[in-house]
Amino acid sequence: MSHDAKHAEHHHPTGNQYLKIAIILTVITIIEVWAYYIPALVASPLFNPALIAMSAAKFVIVVAFYMHLKFDSKLFRLLFTGSMIVAACTLTALMFLFGKLAI
Amino acid sequence: MANHAAAAHAGHDDGHVHHHYTTTGLDNRKIAVWTFIGSECMLFASLISTYLIYKGKSIVGPFPHTEYVNEAGKVFKPILDIPVTSASTFVLLMSSFFMVLALQAVQLKGKPAPAATAGWWERIQRNSQFWLAATALMGIVFLGFQAYEFTSFVHEGLTIKTNLFGSTFFTLTGFHGAHVTVGVLWLVTLLWIDRTRGLSGANDELLVDICALYWHFVDVVWIVIFTLIYLIQ
Repeated sequence: MSHDAKHAEHHHPTGNQYLKIAIILTVITIIEVWAYYIPALVASPLFNPALIAMSAAKFVIVVAFYMHLKFDSKLFRLLFTGSMIVAACTLTALMFLFGKLAI
Repeated sequence: MANHAAAAHAGHDDGHVHHHYTTTGLDNRKIAVWTFIGSECMLFASLISTYLIYKGKSIVGPFPHTEYVNEAGKVFKPILDIPVTSASTFVLLMSSFFMVLALQAVQLKGKPAPAATAGWWERIQRNSQFWLAATALMGIVFLGFQAYEFTSFVHEGLTIKTNLFGSTFFTLTGFHGAHVTVGVLWLVTLLWIDRTRGLSGANDELLVDICALYWHFVDVVWIVIFTLIYLIQ
């Protein structure tokens, strides 16, 4: 077993840390839904970027801690982030192609 | 090469757990599941792109966030039900929490038992069957919410053929629901194995780990869908 693989096995969070992560995810979700019902916030130009930022935070937390990507082998990180980059580039290119985004 | 083959063969004869390690030092099944998840990222990115490209281009209602009045004067309210979907999102988030505890419970099986004075939280963290069942149950509840949502949409006049929103919405969330269904079946299978022969040891930990990776991926896809489709207007 490589050093990378051995290293991965010893640094997983504990049950209490998983519980704290679940509470953080729940709180972010509550803030997202609460914001949706405040018309002044919805009208703000910062509403959509803020929602995307909160969603991205939840995404990263689940991937890093629940999927153990923070503690696992670099190869897994490479496989996932590489695919995510390709996916994000495809999405952005399509948005430009179909006029949803413009420079 | 011959030494590797001989060592692998010897492990087979001893009846030990067999690891499928590669030259990277990692189990090839875990590499495979991460590669699969990578390909799934691209699948869902294409489905989300399609939804976003056609967003706001439906000619007839019902619409997701705004009212629509048809030629006959019939009023269609905004069709998305945020409170119901928020509840289903919470259910899926909790299922991810339960899944990670299921994996931890299997990993703790080889460790010394907790002290007699340990509280219920320490004891229940070692009950893999409980957490696997709880995760599968949360998945089933999520699917119930989705079935309710789809049914109510159809009753309110939105089908996959009604407009561009209906086509892209049902395709995207339907694909996600299909993934959740596969995950629930996978969890139920693991639960059955745990009940019949018990899940323990490095090989079984990996089986649960792979299922957990898939389940968390399904959760992160929903995190994106919930924001992009339901909350952003």
